[in-house]
Amino acid sequence: MSFASPMIQEPASAPEPAVAAKVAARNVNVHYAEKHALKDVSVDIPARAVTSFIGPSGCGKSTFLRCINRMNDTIPICRVTGEITIDGKDIYDSRLDVVLLRARVGMVFQKPNPFPKSIYENVAYGPRLHGMARNKTELDEIVVNSLKRASLFEEVKDRLQESGTGLSGGQQQRLCIARAIAVSPEVILMDEPCSALDPIATAKIEELIDELRSNFTIVIVTHSMQQAARVSQRTAFFHLGALVEEGSTEQIFTNPKDKRTQDYITGRFG
Amino acid sequence: MTSFYYALMVALALGAYFLVRSRAAALASGQTLHSRPTYHGLLAAAQVILPMILIHFAGSIMAARFVEHQALVAMDPALLTDELRRGAAFREIREFAIGRGAANATQALQAGAAMYAYLSALTNWAVLGLGLAVGIAMALFSLRSISGEFRARNRFEQVVRYLLMACATVAVITTIGIVFSVLFETFRFFQKVSPIDFLFGTHWSPQTAIRADQVGSSGSFGMVPLLVGTLLISTIAILVAGPIGLFAAIYMAEYASPKFRAWAKPILEILAGIPTVVLGFFAALTVAPLIREVGTALGLSVASESALAAGLVMGIMIVPFVSSLSDDVITAVPQSLRDGSYGMGATRSETITKVVLPAALPGIVSAFMLAISRAVGETMIVVMAAGLAANLSFNPLDAVTTFTVQIKTILVGDQEFDSAKTLAAFALGFVLFFFTLTLNVIALAIVRKYREQYD
Repeated sequence: MSFASPMIQEPASAPEPAVAAKVAARNVNVHYAEKHALKDVSVDIPARAVTSFIGPSGCGKSTFLRCINRMNDTIPICRVTGEITIDGKDIYDSRLDVVLLRARVGMVFQKPNPFPKSIYENVAYGPRLHGMARNKTELDEIVVNSLKRASLFEEVKDRLQESGTGLSGGQQQRLCIARAIAVSPEVILMDEPCSALDPIATAKIEELIDELRSNFTIVIVTHSMQQAARVSQRTAFFHLGALVEEGSTEQIFTNPKDKRTQDYITGRFG
Repeated sequence: MTSFYYALMVALALGAYFLVRSRAAALASGQTLHSRPTYHGLLAAAQVILPMILIHFAGSIMAARFVEHQALVAMDPALLTDELRRGAAFREIREFAIGRGAANATQALQAGAAMYAYLSALTNWAVLGLGLAVGIAMALFSLRSISGEFRARNRFEQVVRYLLMACATVAVITTIGIVFSVLFETFRFFQKVSPIDFLFGTHWSPQTAIRADQVGSSGSFGMVPLLVGTLLISTIAILVAGPIGLFAAIYMAEYASPKFRAWAKPILEILAGIPTVVLGFFAALTVAPLIREVGTALGLSVASESALAAGLVMGIMIVPFVSSLSDDVITAVPQSLRDGSYGMGATRSETITKVVLPAALPGIVSAFMLAISRAVGETMIVVMAAGLAANLSFNPLDAVTTFTVQIKTILVGDQEFDSAKTLAAFALGFVLFFFTLTLNVIALAIVRKYREQYD
């Protein structure tokens, strides 16, 4: 992966946000074949807080999210340039093991995608993969804890051996969150996690995101401005592949600096 | 006469279609029609065609019976009760009537033939006349039923529905018919040979004495050697095709570049199109001698026709079945499951073995089942490469024989249909059918379960 951009900046000299940056992106560009999907995005994502990416469809917010755990690597025509660091380490370094990166940066997808296995096996998948439990007791503990932290345990404790695909949509999504946190990631990326859910299930997930904030760095892509306002501390507004404005959620929603941000949050387009 | 009848029918139907359509169109200019003119026309054509076909079928069958009966009566009324001579006599009458009979025909034969010729012509014309009359009547009826409220569109929908139902029924009835005819002959076989001897006997030698003074043809019908031979060859085949086909499918679905896949997949499927007789002589002339040479060099005794040769080539034959079906089910596993797994930090092979294959497993199992039932029913390769000797042997280097080979051997050439030897073919066929049916039912059940999985 080439990141020989002439405008490369020292991560240390970046303007310090209020909280220490967990993830820092500098001049990130993404091309899908000929299409320039993401243009010169530079942003700092603080640790132990929820950062939301908002913007109209096709603005590049999901594309950028997928850069943070290099999920775009699975798309052959996708090319990423620029620099993204986590704790100061470049994640596009050729010596970095992308598999280990994804264990540190978990992901929850738009549509709940539990594996067609039992609820237990779904959560145990990551810990088994990475050898995190030495025996069955430890594995049980990880599974139960993860389900508890995803506020799903009470609902499924009597049917851990039943298929994960038999749960309701909201439960499936919480199962996917439990699966993601089972490997103790540092960052959790959520790509429109509530877009396939009804309002009640959405409220539960939002509550969960708020609880998880004390332990994880969370980045959430959302179409719903209300959701961004409810769950996040920082908000970044994307438009046509560029990062237009980034700041505290309160500032973005009450006092946006850019005209386009104002137009979007007041519902003039998007 | 038949082609004339159908030409008339088509002409009448076309006429009815255009006439009714144009009448309906003319009516449409004054008022709103329930159905568009085309539907009035289509319904009219269907109302002409269907009764005419029905009349032709029923009329021809009834006429043929009537003509045969009357011709035989004219020749010699005693023939009617004599089952054996009856068929021969009627064939003679027909031959004579079309001018291919012997010159020295008897008076009776001439009378029969004259009656046959006269009544044939008469009934043909009667069927033609009746069909034509009904067709014209139906066309007129269609013409009269045109009106604004007439629901020709809904009526035509019903016609289509019954037509489709008839086609489905033909397929089902044919299957049932075949099953029952095999079943019937199998019962006849079991009247001559005990089912216990057939199912559990370990000696297969179907030669029975035709005359009392023949020797060495006791006839024993134990199917166990054939079962073992069939299973041995099928096992070898699936051991070859299973791994090759499955791994090829995994490579095609998960690793291959779209460019490679685009030309490699069709080539693999061409393999399924090679006639099995070609694969058969490849097995008999290339693979079998090769195995024998290698075996002899290693100090093993290998028959020149061996289960191994047939099994290997049959395995190659069913590779496309396994790979193509497996490839389809692997590609059908949603990308979101793969993303979920990659997102957890799984490598590609971990994702395939832990998520993709388990999700696709029911489909893969059913692909294997279909491939096995294909191998069990395959004939040509085993005929050419596995031999005819009904050895009860589990050694893949021996010559063995299978159900299909024995059925073919029994039924090739002249035979009488009341001997145990000939009837044994039906019993073998029934066992084979039962075997593949069971495999297919299992495969279908698994596929059905699999379809419910991601929803």
